Amino acid sequence: MTEQSIIQLRDLKKAFGAIEVLKGINLDVPNNHCAVVMGGSGSGKSVLIKNIVGLLKPDSGSISVLGKRVDLIQGDELDQLRLSIGYLFQSGALFDSMTVSENLMFFLERHLNLSPKEANDKIMQTLEWVELPEKLNDYPADLSGGQKKRIALARAVIMEPKILLYDEPTTGLDPVSVRMVSDLIVRLQAERGITSVAITHDLLCAEIIADSVHFLQDGQFVASGSLEEISRFDHPAIATFFGNETSHAS
Amino acid sequence: MDEVGSKSFILTSITGLAIGVVLAMQSRGTLIRFGAEAVLPNMLALSVVKEIGPVFTSLVLAGRLGAGIGAEIGSMRVTEQIDALEVAALKPFHFLVITRVLACIIMFPILTLWTDTIALTGGYMESYLASGMDYRIFIATAFESLRFSDILVDTLKTGFFGFIVGIVSCYLGFTVRGGTREVGQAAMRAVVGSSLLILLSDVIIVRISMLLFGDAGS
Repeated sequence: MTEQSIIQLRDLKKAFGAIEVLKGINLDVPNNHCAVVMGGSGSGKSVLIKNIVGLLKPDSGSISVLGKRVDLIQGDELDQLRLSIGYLFQSGALFDSMTVSENLMFFLERHLNLSPKEANDKIMQTLEWVELPEKLNDYPADLSGGQKKRIALARAVIMEPKILLYDEPTTGLDPVSVRMVSDLIVRLQAERGITSVAITHDLLCAEIIADSVHFLQDGQFVASGSLEEISRFDHPAIATFFGNETSHAS
Repeated sequence: MDEVGSKSFILTSITGLAIGVVLAMQSRGTLIRFGAEAVLPNMLALSVVKEIGPVFTSLVLAGRLGAGIGAEIGSMRVTEQIDALEVAALKPFHFLVITRVLACIIMFPILTLWTDTIALTGGYMESYLASGMDYRIFIATAFESLRFSDILVDTLKTGFFGFIVGIVSCYLGFTVRGGTREVGQAAMRAVVGSSLLILLSDVIIVRISMLLFGDAGS
């Protein structure tokens, strides 16, 4: 692992049966850096991010996160590492049967030895940070799509992770909500020094949050650089992606 | 416990009442033909406590809980809630499976005893309305043919049925891949699979208990 790399992937390969989804991915994410992975549907973006947190195991290659080999560790050692990683799921993945407060408390009371007052204060602070303190006692079903994402983000950061992984953080949101969620992601990096990997095909979100962009096509990165550099890259898939996205946005 | 137990009380009560009343009505005519109406309480008690009560209760609960657990855990799988538990270093198996299976193991025998009681009450009500039978005679006659091992073995076997319902439903919910259609299929398979396994294992348990306690105790 390079000195500043918090996340490092080397020749990562993953197949499901005969279908090769990842075909030798290399990625270095330095400290306090936001790497955005873009690509069309079915290009392997979600599989990539699930490998980083150990939800999927690679067929070959290595994954190092905070100096630990995610592809080799398991059990308590993997759980210990996961406490340093927050994950924002595409659907939010809030627990339907719990209120917003209970969703946040569920993780706190199982991992941190806080008094009820300390835990409640922490929940309120986090909800104020995502600007939804009034939703404390609401159920996920009562929230809009943007509110769900913000509450899910609150749940992802309440354990104060060093790394955050975002799986399509703005999918299905209106432009105002996209900007709001994206701004929160930028604030997390600026205020807490969080290192992150985000999967998105939302150009506005990528423009706001990305320090570097990596374009995934057919299981391989075909281009890496700034969003502007990527958009000018001479590759048919990239041209199609940005052309479609531009016309879609307009 | 609340979901498995107290929320199933009305369902099992209605099941028990229907079993008791219908069994008494159906059996009365046959027993009168053989001049054996007096043994109606014995027959009711043996039928209800040893077989009909435990199996009917378990099948009804398999329908309610199998579908509920299968659909709930299946939905959690497809909406990434199970992944969220795993990523948060929490053990989904402990939180979702062990709790539900234990609740089923504990609550099935309790609900079976309740169903048996309601069924015998229903049988007595039918007997009282049809022939004015005194409740003291009914109780004394019903329990004279029952042994403690009858009640114990045939009630406790429903703990195993509860284990079947819990583990089958959780497994099918946990392994769902896809969307709402697959969740629905998992719920349906949980009910069908649990019910079939209950009926099959009942045959085996009855055979084993006959070997251990003799025919009368089976």
